[in-house]
Amino acid sequence: MQGSYLKVDGLTKRFGDHVAANDISLNISRGEVLALLGPSGSGKTTMLRLLAGFEQPDSGSILLDGIDLTQLRPAERRFGMVFQHYALFPHLTAGENVAFGLSDLSDKDAARRVAEVMDLVDLAGFQHREVSSLSGGQQQRIAVARALAPNPRVLLLDEPLSNLDPTLREKTRTELRTALKEIGITTIFVTHEQEEAFALGDVVAVLREGKVEQIGAAPELYENPVNKFVATFVGRASSLDGTMLENGRVKVGEGVEWESRPAAGVVSGAAVDVVVRPEHLSFGETGLAGVIRSVRYNGARAYFTVDVSGENLEVESSVHSASVGDSVRVSASQAYTFVKQPA
Amino acid sequence: MKRRTGLILVGFLLWIVVYPIAIVILESFRDAEGWTVTPLIGFVREPSEWSALWNSVWISLASVVSAGVVGIPLAFVFEKLEFPGRRILGALVALPAVLPPLVGVIAFLFLYGESGFVARIITEVLDLDESPWRLRGAGAILLVHSYSMYVYFYLFTRAGLAKIDSSMTEAAQSLGSPGFSIFRRVTLPLLKPQLGAAALLAFMTSLGSFSAPYIFGGGFRVMTTRIVTSKLNGDMPAALIEATWLAAVALLGLVMFRRFSGSRSVAVMSKGMAARAATIRQPMARWGATTIGWLFAAFLLLPHITLVLVSFVPLNGWSTEILPSSYTIANYITLLHEPERLRPLWNSIWMAGVSTILVLTLSLWAAREIVQRKVRLRGTIESLLNVPWAVPGTVLAVALATMFSVSAPWVGRWVLVGTVVILPLAYFVRNIPVACGAVVAGLRQIDPSLSEAAASLGASKMRTLWRVTVPLIRPALLAGGALAFVTAAGDFVTSVVLYTFETRPVSIEILGALRDFDIGMAAAYGVVLMFVSAAAMVVGTRR
Repeated sequence: MQGSYLKVDGLTKRFGDHVAANDISLNISRGEVLALLGPSGSGKTTMLRLLAGFEQPDSGSILLDGIDLTQLRPAERRFGMVFQHYALFPHLTAGENVAFGLSDLSDKDAARRVAEVMDLVDLAGFQHREVSSLSGGQQQRIAVARALAPNPRVLLLDEPLSNLDPTLREKTRTELRTALKEIGITTIFVTHEQEEAFALGDVVAVLREGKVEQIGAAPELYENPVNKFVATFVGRASSLDGTMLENGRVKVGEGVEWESRPAAGVVSGAAVDVVVRPEHLSFGETGLAGVIRSVRYNGARAYFTVDVSGENLEVESSVHSASVGDSVRVSASQAYTFVKQPA
Repeated sequence: MKRRTGLILVGFLLWIVVYPIAIVILESFRDAEGWTVTPLIGFVREPSEWSALWNSVWISLASVVSAGVVGIPLAFVFEKLEFPGRRILGALVALPAVLPPLVGVIAFLFLYGESGFVARIITEVLDLDESPWRLRGAGAILLVHSYSMYVYFYLFTRAGLAKIDSSMTEAAQSLGSPGFSIFRRVTLPLLKPQLGAAALLAFMTSLGSFSAPYIFGGGFRVMTTRIVTSKLNGDMPAALIEATWLAAVALLGLVMFRRFSGSRSVAVMSKGMAARAATIRQPMARWGATTIGWLFAAFLLLPHITLVLVSFVPLNGWSTEILPSSYTIANYITLLHEPERLRPLWNSIWMAGVSTILVLTLSLWAAREIVQRKVRLRGTIESLLNVPWAVPGTVLAVALATMFSVSAPWVGRWVLVGTVVILPLAYFVRNIPVACGAVVAGLRQIDPSLSEAAASLGASKMRTLWRVTVPLIRPALLAGGALAFVTAAGDFVTSVVLYTFETRPVSIEILGALRDFDIGMAAAYGVVLMFVSAAAMVVGTRR
């Protein structure tokens, strides 16, 4: 990995008592696509607005290519931004929207550049259309074209696909990914959907309550979550209480011990949070006793919700392996254990 | 950076809207020797002051009631019933709005005055020796007020009715409520904010009304006319203490009306279908509604027609006949060709124009601070913007006259009275609430990310303002600007206190023409002002 192109160092932003960004540091290489993933209120949009310059941080700095631009106004940063609701200028045509950031160019050059980026987003010839006459997907692409037209150094996208209907979303996602990689532009985008983050991002940063919980490539996050929040937010997982044993296994019930992957700081004898993914759970002769409460079918496989003395475990298994009301025993091939967090 | 521009704005508003009024209040308790309560005691002991104050209050309350009695039913008829001519009549009904106060008053004078058309016709028909009535006193004032202020109730009620979701009344119907009960328990409570706003507007306008009491009052004195009389007689202490009392009453009225109507806007909670107008099927009722509608429109149009007719009357060309015997366009020719006659018109237009540009600039600034930058002081700014509205025009004029007759730059006072600056400045201050109200509301409806998008595309603040913000809020700017321009061009109340011969506006010239019994000339000025106002309104309501 090359040295970092965009460097965020200890960025903090408070709104009254609420800390929207709490000492956030990130390093992004040139041409890399970073996803900021988190639930609503995790501070991911604030982070994007700090990068764009719409908000000023209380402390910390933003460096691009080693140059500090924390104090620069949005207009001076040369960062492109695609807004969640696109923010297309309703009084201008599609082409005029795209040309908005090209005021330094001569009319002729601007027109050429507009045609170029509109071609890139597959909307060649749409220059004279009224913005309101475009479909949601077309508006989204115009918004991307508008942000890309002035050759920004970094592209920022706020929930770029959230306003599209599900069928369109997957197609647009692929096209967007292709376009970003074709241009090779350094990109940061915000999303609350794990699937979107994994599909678009080279690197994913998981945010919670203004803090970066973990940053890494998709498999890394999925396979080696650093805490219970990441483990349950990225991918499906159930959690229950357990006690760490000397032998590296975790005890989750009377006479039931599972293979564990202890996180940093977990010591034997301690009470721990046990997080287990559905595909690591199976029905068998031994294990925790429970009753099937519900089944959610997903093709050949099904997700069973099992009530184990009040806790719900989600088990992935073949469709016919059990049915609602059955008494079953559940065992795990692998479980994550984390130092118990206060509620 | 953020806080500083907000602070500058607050400082400016404090200086231009609060400071003058504070000076009036303070100075009313001062004389050459220092603090004094002599003017206050003088006011309290003078029965005529109390009767003027009482007259101001009751005539304002009566104006609210009479304007409501005309405006609210009319709004229901036009919103709920479909009959021939509904559309065109619905537009005509707003006509009194293009008559500036003084012009409306003189139109009424020519129409219903003791030597007006109606009185002449009745005298002729009944063969009387003298006019059957004199257009004088409280009744005359009330007539003019209801004519011009029912528009508030009419427009606000229609706007409110249009917003009420038909599903709400349908819900009440399905719950088994009979028609009148729905009106009382659903429609009326939903309209309460609109009715409250209209009532407040009518009350404040009446309280500050000057033209009608000035022309028709006779022995019937209200506070505004007393203040101006005191001021013109050079009795400043009396003018100041009277202004203080009127301002106090206005503030009290504002608080009480606000409490009554509440600030919640309940009518806009749900979106859905507005109720459709019901077509009247019964032929008799249909004819009845149509006839009443057209008669009413004719009644509304009579002052305008009268004004136009009288404007063609030459000097001394109308003595005892029912209709003037000769007509001429000489008045208009004089108006356009004699520089001294044209000057008031030009004065009114340029002063209104300058004050409008200034007030729109301020409104853009204020709207940006309040809506886009969300400065901490935005609540304060919004309150300050509304102050001139709570202060009757006469009080504001006296306040500015006091503030700007002293040279004391270190406390923000300059001698501006007697210069060309003072009237545009006064119009500007008076129009702050209406223009800023429109523009702030307009900007609130614009997605804030649009200007952020412009900034992220490298646009400077100026470019963002001109290419994005201004085009998007153009309707609000036009509407606010048109209202401000019309108010300023037709202003009488502040002009009469602050004008100089050089800067006299049309309203003052109309008054002068009336004094010379040159009614044709007065009417010609009125007609020109009416058309200028109408043109501004057309521009302002274009979408």
